[in-house]
Amino acid sequence: MSKKFYKLESKNLNAFYGSFHALKNINMAMEEKAVTAFIGPSGCGKSTFLRTLNRMNDYIDGFRVEGDILLDGRDIYGRDVRVDELRKEVGMVFQKPNPFPKTIFENVVYGLRIQGIKDKRVLAETAENSLRQTALWEEVKDKLDQSALALSGGQQQRLCIARALAISPSVILMDEPTSALDPISTAKIEELIYELKQAYTIIIVTHNMQQAGRVSDYTAFFYIGELVEYAKTKTLFTSPKHERTQNYITGRFG
Amino acid sequence: MRVQERIIEGLLRLSAVITIFITAAIIWVLLSESISFFSEVSIIDFLTDKQWTPLFAEKHFGILPLVAGTFLTTAIAIAVALPIGLTIAIYLNEYAPARFKKTVKPLLEILATIPTVVYGFFALTVVTPFLQTIIPNLAGFNALSAGMVMGVMIIPMISSLSEDAISAVPRSLREAAYGMGSTRLQTAFGVMVPAASSGIVVSVILAISRAVGETMLVAIAAGQQPRLTLDPTVPIETITTYIVQVSLGDVPHGSLEYRTIFAAGITLFVFTFALNNLSFWIKKKYQEKYD
Amino acid sequence: MTNSEKNRLKDKAFQVFGVFCTFIGLVVLAIFLIDILIEGFTRIDWEFLTNLPSRRASRAGILTAWVGTFWILILTSVIAFPLGISAGVYLEEYSKKNRLNSFLEVNIANLAGVPSIIYGLLGLEIFARVMGLGGSLLAGALTLSLLVLPIIIVTTREAIKAVPRSIRDASYALGASKWQTTWNQVLPASFGGILTGIILALSRAVGEAAPLIVIGALAYVPFVPTSPTDEFTVLPIQIFNWTSRPQADFLVNAAAAIIILLLITFILNGIAVYLRNKWQNKVKW
Repeated sequence: MSKKFYKLESKNLNAFYGSFHALKNINMAMEEKAVTAFIGPSGCGKSTFLRTLNRMNDYIDGFRVEGDILLDGRDIYGRDVRVDELRKEVGMVFQKPNPFPKTIFENVVYGLRIQGIKDKRVLAETAENSLRQTALWEEVKDKLDQSALALSGGQQQRLCIARALAISPSVILMDEPTSALDPISTAKIEELIYELKQAYTIIIVTHNMQQAGRVSDYTAFFYIGELVEYAKTKTLFTSPKHERTQNYITGRFG
Repeated sequence: MRVQERIIEGLLRLSAVITIFITAAIIWVLLSESISFFSEVSIIDFLTDKQWTPLFAEKHFGILPLVAGTFLTTAIAIAVALPIGLTIAIYLNEYAPARFKKTVKPLLEILATIPTVVYGFFALTVVTPFLQTIIPNLAGFNALSAGMVMGVMIIPMISSLSEDAISAVPRSLREAAYGMGSTRLQTAFGVMVPAASSGIVVSVILAISRAVGETMLVAIAAGQQPRLTLDPTVPIETITTYIVQVSLGDVPHGSLEYRTIFAAGITLFVFTFALNNLSFWIKKKYQEKYD
Repeated sequence: MTNSEKNRLKDKAFQVFGVFCTFIGLVVLAIFLIDILIEGFTRIDWEFLTNLPSRRASRAGILTAWVGTFWILILTSVIAFPLGISAGVYLEEYSKKNRLNSFLEVNIANLAGVPSIIYGLLGLEIFARVMGLGGSLLAGALTLSLLVLPIIIVTTREAIKAVPRSIRDASYALGASKWQTTWNQVLPASFGGILTGIILALSRAVGEAAPLIVIGALAYVPFVPTSPTDEFTVLPIQIFNWTSRPQADFLVNAAAAIIILLLITFILNGIAVYLRNKWQNKVKW
């Protein structure tokens, strides 16, 4: 039997902010074209872990990692890896919608522009495709040259997702992408996540257990820097192995 | 691309590091010329002689008269600016309606933007003649008028820095005072000012440093006669004025007279450097306390 | 009178004193501006702006002085802006917390507190003498550039600090490099604040006389400077020179020149205030 293929693997991963040990020996593998959710109380390390997957913590003073993160079998902390290339492969969506103070169009094509792509047709096509994928095209196609800051919060977040898709990554990291949105916008984003997993590997950090239950295939529970339990979402929510997981998902602490 | 990034970062860092070279150059220039000066003039004479007459036939190189002149104008300026500036800070913080504060603050800032030669003109042509109607034996050039106008000039410095310090005091402290039935005045002087004292002290130190280094105002209005006196009605000379006076004349480079301006300069630099660093030190200590 | 009545009276008295103090500065400012206007306004005419200096007060003009002032402003901008903004960007975006960088910060704070006349001594020795520039426009502009550098650095840092972290994150997450992020996102977003700082720096430079006198700028320059190596004078030096003369006619000239200098200063500051407000209201993240 051939070894199962995993999109992302974390092996003996430890992370530190200065002397603070933020992630303790994390071992887990994430499946391709599936949604994996990270849950756990604030400060448990789930966001830190998410941000090690595209090296967003690199610019933080005093942050360092030990161990390996393999993307398609290749260590992303390896010496020959270029961070900008990595981030084109692993896109990211943040907690609060953070469009650039530019037009809608310029937001979507920003990733292409910094790669030096100037061909107007390519830019326009990519913009349309990405906006269609996030179901935003119909809403904004007539105002592409207006400021992105004029959109509603939910639209801004979908724009940020479109912006991430425009550079055609294979993995998308989402750091509590709906925590700043209203329920209707949240539902739209969740629908979108469901669509996107046909083509992308999605890792999502969420505070909302129902959301993890609704959108994810796998769920990982973190507690004070440790990966306590990692299983199929259904299994983890119906028959958790650890008492801590049980307590957390039933709302006994958090 | 990576190489380009490195080059850009290198250039940016260079721009920042240049500031260290500027400091080094200031110290080097002042020191090297002063060392030549002190090889000819004893440092004891420099610090103790009561006369400063390097441009006369009978030369004396005692810095004290210039220091006295600088001290006198500075003291008068602070005597004007501290009570007024601090009162403004307290008034704007505790009494004034928000809209009044919003209008008045930028107007006061105008005082800080006017070039100092302009203040000199004002002191010489308006304030001195006015003061002479009250003090008949006031000389045309004097420390009093220059110092008072300088005080007006540095009011916004003290008022805005002190106001920042007072408004940084935690709201709970003020509310506690009001809660016990204090009047605004009692709250201000009993609670706010003591709590903000280190910030207020910093504002005063920076104002002193500014006044010590002020040049054109005193060069125009305070006179050019080095005199070891604390009498504010007679012409005096400050360290800064002396440097301007020599620069306007025709003193050959490399002469002892030329070097006197660097000896005067290093004296000035030592004062302002000490004052500035004292203020940083207090500020740092104070920040640690509140964090 | 009860104690509490006494306290209320004192409180009221201080309030009156507070209003008085707040207005005293403004009243002095008003008296001063009115006095200058009365004394100098009628002296300003086309001839005053276009005449060369003269020993006769009635024939003297400020042509060389204002041309010198504009030369100095332009040269100082060219030298100080790139340097100051780069240093500000480095300290805010690139530098990590280490000893060199905390030393840099203390050093810049110190430079901001060095009296302007000391910069004059530095310029006299380094630019005028060692580099052989003499009392030229270039030597003057270099000296003033060093003088305003801390202002530009500090305001650039403030402006950059106000750009939210999330904008940088978004850019990095799309594969942008540090410089691409700085150039495409951080600098455009902080442009207004940086511009404000630059104009404040210019308004400081325009009023300086002492350091320029020290490097050897002359009060009497009978020609209009045409290149950076020419000798020059500036408005503040011209004002100083006229104020120092005993004849009353020259004081009128000084007042008239002060009106022009204040006009330039107020316009610069007005632009800075306008930009600051416009920029603060523009983007709310």
